[in-house]
Amino acid sequence: MTQLPEKTERKLGLVIDLDTCVGCHACVISCKGWNSENYGAPLSDQDPYGGDPSGTFLNRIHSYEVQPEEGPAQLIHFPKSCLHCEDAPCVTVCPTGASYKRTEDGIVLVNETDCIGCGLCAWACPYGAREMDKAEGVMKKCTLCVDRIYNENLPEEDREPACVRTCPSNARHFGDLGDPDSAVSQLVAERGGMDLMPEQGTKPVNKYLPPRPKDQLNEEVDMLAPLLAPVAEEPKGFLGWLDKTLEKI
Amino acid sequence: MHPAPSIIAFSTFSGLGLGLLFWLGVASSAPTGWVAFAFFAIGYLLAVGGLVASTFHLGRPERALKAFTQWQTSWLSREAWCAVAALVTMGVYGLFLVFFDTQIRLLGAIGAFFCLMTVYTTSMIYAQLKTVPRWNTVLTSILFLALSVAGGALLSGRVAIGLVLLLIAGLIQLVWWQIGDKRFAKSGTDMKSATGLGTIGEVRAFEPPHTGTNYLLNEMVYTVARRHARKLRLISLFLMLLLPVVLLLLPFSHVGAVLALLSHVAGVLVSRWLFFAEAEHVVGLYYGMR
Repeated sequence: MTQLPEKTERKLGLVIDLDTCVGCHACVISCKGWNSENYGAPLSDQDPYGGDPSGTFLNRIHSYEVQPEEGPAQLIHFPKSCLHCEDAPCVTVCPTGASYKRTEDGIVLVNETDCIGCGLCAWACPYGAREMDKAEGVMKKCTLCVDRIYNENLPEEDREPACVRTCPSNARHFGDLGDPDSAVSQLVAERGGMDLMPEQGTKPVNKYLPPRPKDQLNEEVDMLAPLLAPVAEEPKGFLGWLDKTLEKI
Repeated sequence: MHPAPSIIAFSTFSGLGLGLLFWLGVASSAPTGWVAFAFFAIGYLLAVGGLVASTFHLGRPERALKAFTQWQTSWLSREAWCAVAALVTMGVYGLFLVFFDTQIRLLGAIGAFFCLMTVYTTSMIYAQLKTVPRWNTVLTSILFLALSVAGGALLSGRVAIGLVLLLIAGLIQLVWWQIGDKRFAKSGTDMKSATGLGTIGEVRAFEPPHTGTNYLLNEMVYTVARRHARKLRLISLFLMLLLPVVLLLLPFSHVGAVLALLSHVAGVLVSRWLFFAEAEHVVGLYYGMR
């Protein structure tokens, strides 16, 4: 059904910390791995070992350079996947009902057996969260690892999205953003979590935590500093003897 | 946006065919017998041919019938319904004209209404997309309807009204281009809002997520050949509007009328190519492109 639910019981989603993401792409790989081996059609690659490789990914990491008015530029790594929008434009445009938003937890999914691969949902998404799988001819998107988070065959600590589970810098958090008392909601409140492209009116569930302000060097630095004599002294004692001896050999 | 030949052909030819069927539907004295057969055959070839072409870009064309289910929210689904309603109604109307020399005016009017609705729903597939600011205006629908009705008038041999409609369609096309060029800036979506990093400073794309290309870039960040857009606009306008008008103002000849029609269709094809090639999707911002 392509009519959006008026309200979902929960709003499961991700909180992504742009301050701590180191841009290692581990989440990209774990996402590709999990989603090629489990639910739905595998994420295919085209010409993976050839001269023009491409493939389907549900999670991609961009890097941006941000130049503040004063001070050095900052490099910010920027993971991007489906934001599981409350007003998901990708769902309502779907002609077949393959795209839908779940009432119980707000996850936006594609029923691959109904998808005709028209690509209109990818056009409607401002974030580039949907990619057509060339091998399968159907639209693929982040499922929030719906086959992990409720999976009782997995140990409890694994019942979260693969990208969150794998992130080595803890830059990705998973939880219910509809519950103001949840850890993710509190994190968003504390760090000023933001929406991407709020003017598009999609009301994304996923939030991004902006980078924390950088430390500022406030002490005055002597402008002659580079010309001062180096403070490092010649080694003394045993190390001095060793240094001289090695020099002679 | 990637200008897929199947979509350009579909929207141009089905628009033209539905335009012709519209005029046959509202005609005060519609042709009958073999003449009617010829007109309806051309209309159906164009309209149905266009619709069939549109299924070529589907990843799973064998499931195309499922597209009829979501008419409550999806313009693509509504388009499917309107197309079937138009073709069935006009089919029955045409059947009576061809075989029984009988014109059922009401049926023709209903069919004509659905022909226009089909063109309108097609246009709404594009006009609804907030992600493509150039398309996201009511003018897109007006442009599609104007071109369809003008082309249909030419095809059905209505020279006088065809001339007027051509000029109107050309004017709308010009306004659509003028306004379209400013739509992206007006949408308020830029790299700052896309990344949310604008509060820190100027944002520049430093590294894309991958070394190769991907579906998003191929489909929605089509920047190739945009540099010839200005010239192509002039070519389109010349073929779609100026040449047909000159040819139609000359003393009437069948050759002239056919040339005018062919020129108009070629111009609309160029215009439709530009419609896609010039359209910028906001997702390009994440790649530092438009």
